[in-house]
Amino acid sequence: MTAHSEPLAPAPRSRAASVQKISFAGGCEAWLVEDYAVPLVALECAFPGGAAQDAPGKAGCATMLSALLDEGAGPLDDEAFHRALDEKAIELSFSVDRDTLRGHLRTLAKHVEAAFDLLRLAVNAPRFDERPVERVRAQITAGLKREANDPDSRAAKAWREAAFPDHPYGRPTNGTLESIAAITRDDLVAMRRAGFARDGLKVAIVGAIDATRARALLEAAFGALPQTAALRDVPEARMANLGAVRVVDIDLPQSTIRFGAPGVGRRDPDYDAAVVVNHILGGGVFSARLFKEVREKRGLAYSVHSGLQTQQRGAIFAGATSTKNERAAESLSVIESEIAGLAEDGPTDDELAKAKSYLTGSYALRFDSSTKIAGQLVQLQIDGFDVDYLDRRNALIEAVTMDDAKRVAKRLFGAGQLLVAVAGRPEGIEGRHLG
Amino acid sequence: MTAAAAAPIADFHLANGMQVVVIPDHRAPVVTHMVWYRNGSADDPLGKSGIAHFLEHLMFKGTHAHGPGVFSDRVAELGGQENAFTANDYTAYFQRVAREHLGEMMRFEADRMTNLTLSDEVVTPERDVVLEERRMRTDADPAAQLQEAVHSALFAHHPYGLPVIGWEHEIATLDRHDALAYYRRFYTPENAVLIVAGDVGTEEVRALAEATYGAIPARGEPPERARPKEPPIRAHRLVTLADAKVEQPSVSRIYITPSYNTAKPGEAEALEVLAHLLGGGATSLLYKRLVMEQKIAVAAGAYYLGGALDDTRFFIYALPAPDCSLEKLDAAIGALIDEAKHKDFPAGDLERAKTRLVADAIYAQDNQTSMARWYGASLATGSSIADIRAWPERIEAVTPDDVRKAAALLDSRRSVTGYLTPEETPAAA
Repeated sequence: MTAHSEPLAPAPRSRAASVQKISFAGGCEAWLVEDYAVPLVALECAFPGGAAQDAPGKAGCATMLSALLDEGAGPLDDEAFHRALDEKAIELSFSVDRDTLRGHLRTLAKHVEAAFDLLRLAVNAPRFDERPVERVRAQITAGLKREANDPDSRAAKAWREAAFPDHPYGRPTNGTLESIAAITRDDLVAMRRAGFARDGLKVAIVGAIDATRARALLEAAFGALPQTAALRDVPEARMANLGAVRVVDIDLPQSTIRFGAPGVGRRDPDYDAAVVVNHILGGGVFSARLFKEVREKRGLAYSVHSGLQTQQRGAIFAGATSTKNERAAESLSVIESEIAGLAEDGPTDDELAKAKSYLTGSYALRFDSSTKIAGQLVQLQIDGFDVDYLDRRNALIEAVTMDDAKRVAKRLFGAGQLLVAVAGRPEGIEGRHLG
Repeated sequence: MTAAAAAPIADFHLANGMQVVVIPDHRAPVVTHMVWYRNGSADDPLGKSGIAHFLEHLMFKGTHAHGPGVFSDRVAELGGQENAFTANDYTAYFQRVAREHLGEMMRFEADRMTNLTLSDEVVTPERDVVLEERRMRTDADPAAQLQEAVHSALFAHHPYGLPVIGWEHEIATLDRHDALAYYRRFYTPENAVLIVAGDVGTEEVRALAEATYGAIPARGEPPERARPKEPPIRAHRLVTLADAKVEQPSVSRIYITPSYNTAKPGEAEALEVLAHLLGGGATSLLYKRLVMEQKIAVAAGAYYLGGALDDTRFFIYALPAPDCSLEKLDAAIGALIDEAKHKDFPAGDLERAKTRLVADAIYAQDNQTSMARWYGASLATGSSIADIRAWPERIEAVTPDDVRKAAALLDSRRSVTGYLTPEETPAAA
């Protein structure tokens, strides 16, 4: 035997080349990665819309809609629908974010026909029977009550309300006790009718299925939808209240702090540089500045991080930490000073090199399961990229120069102002309203 | 019969006693590298609760060869992800990296198996970090506080009754001497399992493992995991936590039951099927009766924590509908469990439960990290590779009679009921 401990050879491959494009239903396109290593099929799909389509006073409508699609459709009532899924271990669920409503399907390859048929029913013919509507209403209500005094939820909610006071982005995705109570069956039916159409639909399939079969199943599932959606216009969201501090009083020994500022959109030329800069500040690694300063050196918190949220009508930069009340002011001041320092001086050469190295090296980790690959492919379609992005992405990160990083650090953090929301009993942090 | 059984998973031991498992998955050029130690919070010495978890944090503080943060910085630079976790019965460390970096990860991980160095400078702030972690997970959450109290009540003597993270007043006293003593006792090749899942072959892993972990001298026998046994307990207990911050009450029941490691043949598999029949999703008995039909709950479910070295826990929970008391809901749960002890579950229900469980074993293969965790957790809690491979067949073999017998193991004298309620408001004068 030739034992050796040489490094294993890297395996460069073109990810884009593994993607087949399938046209279906007169103008729709799905991306397929055919792979028979595991006998399953995963599908991810997205309709534009999401929680931003909730009418004033009806926050949570999209969430409720997504929860009801698999609660009875076509000839199957809620119980029969659940049973049909369970009998073949088919996983079908729907979720919403600010800008989209998404479907998630996973099935054993041998049950792919049945799985797509249930998807077809859920998308085209949800029943919204009274029994599941009331049950789901009660479940969302219970969820809202459970998070009523959860410091994380409270701080996040206060932050959003202050950031986007007159915009759907400022409303909670899951709604409020009042808004959930106010949603009617007609609201749900209308929202589905307005949003479920072929023109904005994005689909990705990964697994043990070929293009011919996939096309036929997609035709059946989505072909009967109307051509165009009738979504309400969502205006650009300009973040308000920079420099303000909101304190939510909850009797707890620890303060949960949310902070943020305007971000950089997904199609902004500065996006890749912003990803690099954020990674250096508060990305999910032990070498990030916030992690080192807040956690490692001072033991102020277990968790501290920041990230970019690229909502379509208003991107934000946002971060969070939790620290005992006595040291909340210290934590916030360390965070503010790290942010100001990065805006002022930019990163070091070493930080920039390591951040690029991390971001390019870790890209492959987003593609190690069928569900993750399908999710990545749908997101690229939503963001308006073509499959070639899969092979270009690392070069975009590599191309970020020190000048880019410094410029974008100033752009993100240069105003030196954050909107801060704190839940707990923080010592030395006062609420601050502007104007 | 199942794809799980067909997967070409290899296992062997190094000369120093370290177990190695290789789980090939060539779909993406990445690997998950994990080292599991067969010790967890249930092995914390008396009065030192939290030491297993605290040491897990301190394992990132450097060795003679690599100072604090060097390993983590290197993982980040390579675009890897890393972390660690501590549970009742094990502690595990992992990195996910591009395949060509596996050897380097193994060199670092092997180094910190024996060469950890700790100074007060790094230990003291990290203890504060752990105290903040405890505040975040427990002190900010009445439901988490109730869980702690329920577990303390459930286990009169066995350390599964203690929180994994430890009690605050004991964490506050832990120092580097405690950590190093615990480290020297448990962090040995005989006590460790290496799992590599991903784009790699058995012989590559064998060569790399022999060159890294294989160089660590054997210590002899693996450390003994001597834990106090539970006495027979004959009293059902009710634990109530009332807090003004609770707006949605809940009820839970936890039973002590056999684990895969302590059960008679077939018993644990039957408990697994029972958990699914009782509370696995929207077609389960609890959900159907309490949520759909009686409408006294808005959610209900059950699960069985089968992977444990010692006798373990079977959980049932429900959230009451607004007009239902916890007492009424709890009584309805009790009635359903009594029913299950005599019930002839329809063949279709039993088949559905088995289909779901066996499918989970196939879905797990879609994710190399899930596979690595499944194998690691099983091997650290007394299962063998053969046990894991045969698991789908053993689930298929469960009969209606097995399920009834499993339900009979849910003995209310070995259980605790937990109520989470809003603080009682004094009656208006």
